[in-house]
Formats: sequence, structure tokens, C-alpha cells
Amino acid sequence: MGASGGWRGASALRCLRPAGLAGRAWGHGAPWGWAWVGWIPCLLTFLLVSCPGFKRPLSTSERVPRICIVGSGPAGFYTAQHLLKHHKLARVDIYEKLPVPFGLVRFGVAPDHPEVKNVINTFTQTAQSDRCSYYGNVTVGKDVTVEELQQAYHAVVLSYGAEDNRILGIPGENLSGVYSARAFVGWYNGLPENRDLKPDLSSKTVLVLGQGNVALDVARILLTPLDLLRKTDITEGSLAAIASSKVKRVWLVGRRGPLQVAFTIKELREMVNLPGARPILDPADFAGLRDAIKDVPRPRKRLTELMIKTALEKPGEKEAKIWASATREWGLKFLRSPLEILPTADGKRARGIRMAVTRLEGSGESATAVPTGEVEELECGLILSSIGYRSLPLGSSVPFDRKHGIIPNHLGRVQGVPGLYCSGWVKRGPTGVIITTMNDSFDTAQSVLEDLQAGMLNVSNTKEGFESVRSILQSRGVHPVSFSDWEKIDAAEVARGQLAGKPREKIVDPQEMLQLIGLAPFHSVSLKGKTLYSVLFFKPNERK
Amino acid sequence: MAAAGLLGAVATLASRRLLCAPPGAARGRAAVLGPARRFGASARAWRSSEDKVTVHFINRDGDKLTAEGKIGDSLLDVVVDSNLDIDGFGACEGTLACSTCHLIFEDQIFKKLDAVTDEEMDMLDLAYGLTETSRLGCQICLKKFMNNMTVRVPEAVADVRQSIDMSKNS
Ligand SMILES: Cc1cc2nc3c(=O)[nH]c(=O)nc-3n(C[C@H](O)[C@H](O)[C@H](O)COP(=O)(O)OP(=O)(O)OC[C@H]3O[C@@H](n4cnc5c(N)ncnc54)[C@H](O)[C@@H]3O)c2cc1C
Ligand SMILES: NC(=O)c1ccc[n+]([C@@H]2O[C@H](COP(=O)([O-])OP(=O)(O)OC[C@H]3O[C@@H](n4cnc5c(N)ncnc54)[C@H](OP(=O)(O)O)[C@@H]3O)[C@@H](O)[C@H]2O)c1
Ligand code: FES
Repeated sequence: MGASGGWRGASALRCLRPAGLAGRAWGHGAPWGWAWVGWIPCLLTFLLVSCPGFKRPLSTSERVPRICIVGSGPAGFYTAQHLLKHHKLARVDIYEKLPVPFGLVRFGVAPDHPEVKNVINTFTQTAQSDRCSYYGNVTVGKDVTVEELQQAYHAVVLSYGAEDNRILGIPGENLSGVYSARAFVGWYNGLPENRDLKPDLSSKTVLVLGQGNVALDVARILLTPLDLLRKTDITEGSLAAIASSKVKRVWLVGRRGPLQVAFTIKELREMVNLPGARPILDPADFAGLRDAIKDVPRPRKRLTELMIKTALEKPGEKEAKIWASATREWGLKFLRSPLEILPTADGKRARGIRMAVTRLEGSGESATAVPTGEVEELECGLILSSIGYRSLPLGSSVPFDRKHGIIPNHLGRVQGVPGLYCSGWVKRGPTGVIITTMNDSFDTAQSVLEDLQAGMLNVSNTKEGFESVRSILQSRGVHPVSFSDWEKIDAAEVARGQLAGKPREKIVDPQEMLQLIGLAPFHSVSLKGKTLYSVLFFKPNERK
Repeated sequence: MAAAGLLGAVATLASRRLLCAPPGAARGRAAVLGPARRFGASARAWRSSEDKVTVHFINRDGDKLTAEGKIGDSLLDVVVDSNLDIDGFGACEGTLACSTCHLIFEDQIFKKLDAVTDEEMDMLDLAYGLTETSRLGCQICLKKFMNNMTVRVPEAVADVRQSIDMSKNS
């Protein structure tokens, strides 16, 4: 993709233009009589770069740290941003499994939360920096190995998130009618691997296991009036399915009590104010809680107060009106731990769930749920398990702590592997909002910078970066998607969305994305046909 | 370098802005307008220089950054317009969805700020280093009494190592 040559040329040209900081400094002090002296190195560089024979000895490029990031979610982009900002020469390449960037910002964040996705604007700025390149459609661990990346780069940062989910480990978990919230979210957000989920929404009652923000997201999407959903970037297919949904009631079930819920107040308030839906909270669950929250930190206190208010107080005028005319409802059930998904008579589908009644041992955030011996059964045809995401190991050369589901690290430095780093959910575990991920990614980037400064990453040893990865990918028939390719896909999605009166209509088939940017033939096969296609159609020189 | 400037203040040119509305008008989502920058620039032309307010920011590393804004601008606008170099500031572009614009105010200024909404409190609850005088910068609009006030950017990074900046080397 000639990124390197292009970059050198561009940087030489830019330094011919007294813009930015350099320009300002000149304006202040340097008398113009002498100012031209400052141009000499720039001119030399320009000449070197423009004469083909002189391309190699570009002096600064010898000390350019080449850093590779695996994964283009918030962790990948915030790590890149920090590195580019705090190191003047570093070049950062971001590799992404999917053709399209942004990870859970695109495929996790709920369609009715467009404001959260504004971070994409900042990520886009980062990607457009001339020291940053994006290579989508490259699965690290399969299309190129971590070892190969380590050969090509001075440092490799693993920011590949958490692609799987925790499992309950109870009988009946695989019955039809039981889905992981991760797959359900992937389905309504157009994640290619979940596009054919087709969840059965014919059940009147839905049970969501877990009381985190993802649980609230899926509950809200199931209950939100269609007219509101229609204006979001929810996929066409899921909107159609939700339009004929029979769901009237959603239970969110926690194994612990109201003081241990994992969701946050903004998301709870949204449920309380959700048009067309009414909360069903059992006053008995909340009586007496006021005393218990006197001394807890403010976030937990305000969150609990909102639950107490909703459960025990007379609703205000606005809420009373919504609740009186509501046709759907949602509720919280506490102290219930799933034991078994109950099958229908033919043994094929879920018809309900058996749960252990629990009591709390200990108090506060660290209280644990212990079964009392009592059990309870509940009828429902749709069960969504929302008990957390899970990271997967990435090949044998990368250490992985299976118990905690993370890459063992110290401040982002992968234990025992110099030059390898991690950030985001794969570093910390699958919790935390974007700002949490941002802070921990800045931390990891800081570790990389420290190691560069301390000379622990040998930059005098020139690395080729993508130049050497390109040939590996080519030999395996893998065609990376560039950021400008993504911008074409983006424009197409926005244009399709406009026709439907929504911000975008996501393309859910990766093959269609590749066709759109001329990376796949129109009569083409599945993604796995990459190799065949590369032989028949791909002309590497046609593309950037 | 151009790129360093580009990646400096995080909020972007495309930033949706909170137009500080008269008291009582809706804030947050509803008040967020589209590409208000051009509109803002022309609207500014007729405003007199008396409408300017100076704000000092104490950045995470202790550096003092000083910027000017117009009455009615939000503190997020000030950071974006002056291209202040505050890491990660304004990620959601003023839509009350991120808390990266968290700022800590001086007592006497804090007391005079407009009342905080539930929605701002909800977001503040997720902010790092929350204090008694914390507010979200995107929700605070400049008024005359704020002239020369100093606001502090909270220490966000869990790890308090000295941050390294190699953007000034050559
Ligand atoms: C359903 C849901 C909703 C959320 N909503 C919000 C919200 O409203 N507000 C908020 O602040 N936070 C929200 N979060 C949290 C937020 O999404 C996370 O904090 C953040 O996305 C974690 O970033 P990450 O980069 O570590 O992981 P991810 O965002 O998952 O990014 C990882 C990237 O790596 C790629 N990848 C994986 N394997 C490979 C490989 N082998 N090779 C190359 N690339 C690979 C993936 O495709 C993905 O693009 C939500 C999370 C979920 C699950
Ligand atoms: N709008 C937003 O800001 C937003 C939206 C979505 C997600 N996110 C963030 O993304 C992160 C992930 O969210 P999440 O909801 O997946 O995870 P989470 O917040 O960790 O919640 C997981 C829930 O599952 C329960 N659980 C775990 N194991 C269980 C088991 N074996 N049996 C029964 N229940 C079990 C947990 O209960 P225990 O506490 O008892 O373990 C908890 O209630 C969170 O940090 C969240 O805030 C944010
Ligand atoms: S900029 Fe996101 S809450 Fe203020």
C-alpha cells in the first residue's frame, strides 16, 4: 500500500510549509534574514525523498518507532492517539479483524445512544493522521501471527477486546430460545457473526439474567416503542423482527440484592422514563434500604435512591401518565441464581427457568449470594444471558490468565514478553465504560513511551512495519481494508440510512462491504473465499 | 507538527456544541445542535469584546493553560476553540454521555454556578476523581463573574507516574 513512501514524501512537503508550531515559532523570533537557514534540512530531506535513488537513507526514519495495535475499538484508538500525540515520530498501524473499525462503539453501544458514538469523530481524526494507518479485514492470530507482527514492529499492543461471553454452565443453556446478550446485541447492531441470529420474539415474557448495563440495553431495545427505534441505526432486519415482537414484560434477574446491581444510574433513569413502559418493582425489596445507604459512596447512593423512589414513592405527574398508559413493563428480581433452563415437552425449546433463592453473606459490594435451599420456577420462552463478556487467548505465544480472562500484565506490559503490551478489556477484563478504557489505554501508551525513552525497545534496529506484513498477507490471500475504504463504506451506509430516515443503515454482510470497495467480485462467495478471489481478481497495484 | 496539533485537544472541529441557553431552556441532548461552528463565528462578529471571559485551566501535569471565551460559550467550547491540550477532554462532544469534561471549581465560583441537573449528576457519578466542587465542563456556560477563574482538570490516570512527552524531541 506504499504507506511508507507516501508518508515520507508527505512529511517532507509539510516541512516546506512553515505551518503549525514551527511556523508560529518563526513568526515570533527569527529575523527573516536568517530564517532561510532553517529551510536547509527541509530542502535536503525533500530532495532526498524526491530522488528515487535516495529514498532509503532518510535519516529520521531510522529512529522511527513502529508500533502495531491489534484491535480498533476504543482501546486501540485511544492507545494510538496517546502514542501519536506524545511521540513526534512514532508510526502506528492498527489491525482489525473486521473490515470496519471502532469495535464495540459500533457493535456494542446501543443504537438509541448515538451521542456515545461521538467518540468516533476523535478516532477518525487519529486514523487520518499521516502517521497512522488502519488495516481492516486482518485477523491477527490467523492471517498474521503475533510473532510475525513482533518481527515487523518495535512494539505490539494487543487491544482486541472480549469477543466471547461468559457461560452459565447450567443444563438447558443451549436450548433454542436461550441467547447470550452478546449475540443479541451483535444481532441488533449488525455484527456480521450474529446477523442470522433471528431470535424468536414470540414469547410474552423475557428473562434477562444479570443486572449490568448490557442487561438494561437489551431490555430497553425490547421495550422501546418502534417509532423511536426506527430513527436509530438499528439494523433493518432486527427492526422488522422487533416490529412483530410479542414481548410485553422483561424481568432482569440478579443473584444478589439491590445494593449490588451492576448497572449505572443514567441507564436506570432511562428505563424509569421509558415511553410506553412501566416499572414493576416489589416494594419489599427496597423497604429499609434507606438506612443502609447512608454512608455508601455517592454513585451507589444516588442509584439506590432512584430505585427506592421508583419502587416506594408516588410517581410524579409525568411518570404517572407514562405508567398508566403503558402497554409493556419491566422489573427487577433479586436473590435468584439460575439452576436450570426448563425445556418444552418435546425437549427442543426453553419454556422457563428454575432458580435457586439466595441470601447474602457479607454486605456491600463484596457480599456473596448463597443458596437458601429454596427454588423458584418462572415461565418464559426467551432467556437472555447477560452475565458478562469474555476475552479469548490469542495463540500460544501470548500469555493468558484463564481464570481472570485477561492477558497478565503490569501497567500494560505483557508479563514475560518484552515489546508486547495490552490495553482495554483484554488487559483489565470486560467491564468499564469508554472513559475507563480511555484511561487505561493512555496508561499503556505511557508504558510504551517510557520503554522507548529508557531504550528498552531497540529503535536503532529498523523495522519495516506494514511493508513486511503486506507480503505475508498477500501470500495468504488477505486483502486489508484501508481507512479510506472504510470511509466509502461509511458514506454508503449513511446514504442508505438517509433513504430510511435514520442516521445509517449498517451493511451486515462483510462480503458486501468488500464488494463496495472493489475488494470482492459481485458474484462472490463467503469471506473464506478470499484466497480463490485473490488469484482470480485481485490486482494489488490498483489500490493505495 | 500539524499532526500533533490535530491530536491535541480531543474534541473535534465537528464538535456538536451546547449553545448555552437562557435559564430554564433544555440542556444536554435537546440543546445539542449540528455544525454550529460557522454559525457561532458569524454570530460572534457582532458581540463586543466586553463579552470575553478569561479562564485558567490547571492541567493534569500541573501546567497552567489560559484561554478566553465569549459569554455563553461552554467550557468545552473554550477548550476546543483554543485548542487546549487536555488529554481525552470532551469525548462525547458535549452530549452528557462521557464525563471526560469533568472539571473542579473553586469554592466561591462553584456556589454561583447554575443548579446541576439530575442528568449531569448521573454522568458526574462516573467521573474520575469526583470532588464536592466537580461539574461537567460541557454544561457550564461562561458568565461575567467567571472572569479569571481557575478550574482544575482532575487526575484521571489511575497510575500516577510522571507522564512522558516525547513530542517535543526531534
Ligand atoms: C453491549 C455494550 C454496550 C456498551 N455501551 C456503552 C456505552 O453506552 N457507553 C460506554 O461508555 N461504554 C459502553 N460499553 C463499554 C465499551 O464498549 C468498552 O469499554 C470498550 O468498547 C472496550 O474497548 P476495547 O477496545 O477494549 O474492546 P472492543 O471495543 O471490543 O474492541 C476490540 C476490537 O478488536 C477487534 N479484534 C478482536 N480480535 C481480533 C483479532 N484477532 N485481530 C484483529 N482484531 C481483533 C474486534 O473486532 C474489535 O473491533 C458497552 C459495552 C457493551 C458490551
Ligand atoms: N450505557 C453504558 O454506559 C453501558 C452499556 C452497556 C455496557 N456498559 C459497560 O460495559 C461493561 C460490561 O457490562 P455487562 O453488563 O456485560 O457486565 P457487568 O456490568 O459486569 O454485569 C454483569 C452482571 O451479570 C451478573 N452475573 C455474572 N455472573 C453471573 C452468574 N454466573 N449468574 C448470575 N449472574 C451473574 C453480575 O452479577 P454479580 O454482580 O452478582 O456478579 C452482574 O449483575 C460494564 O462496565 C458496563 O457498565 C456500559
Ligand atoms: S463532553 Fe461528554 S459529558 Fe461533557
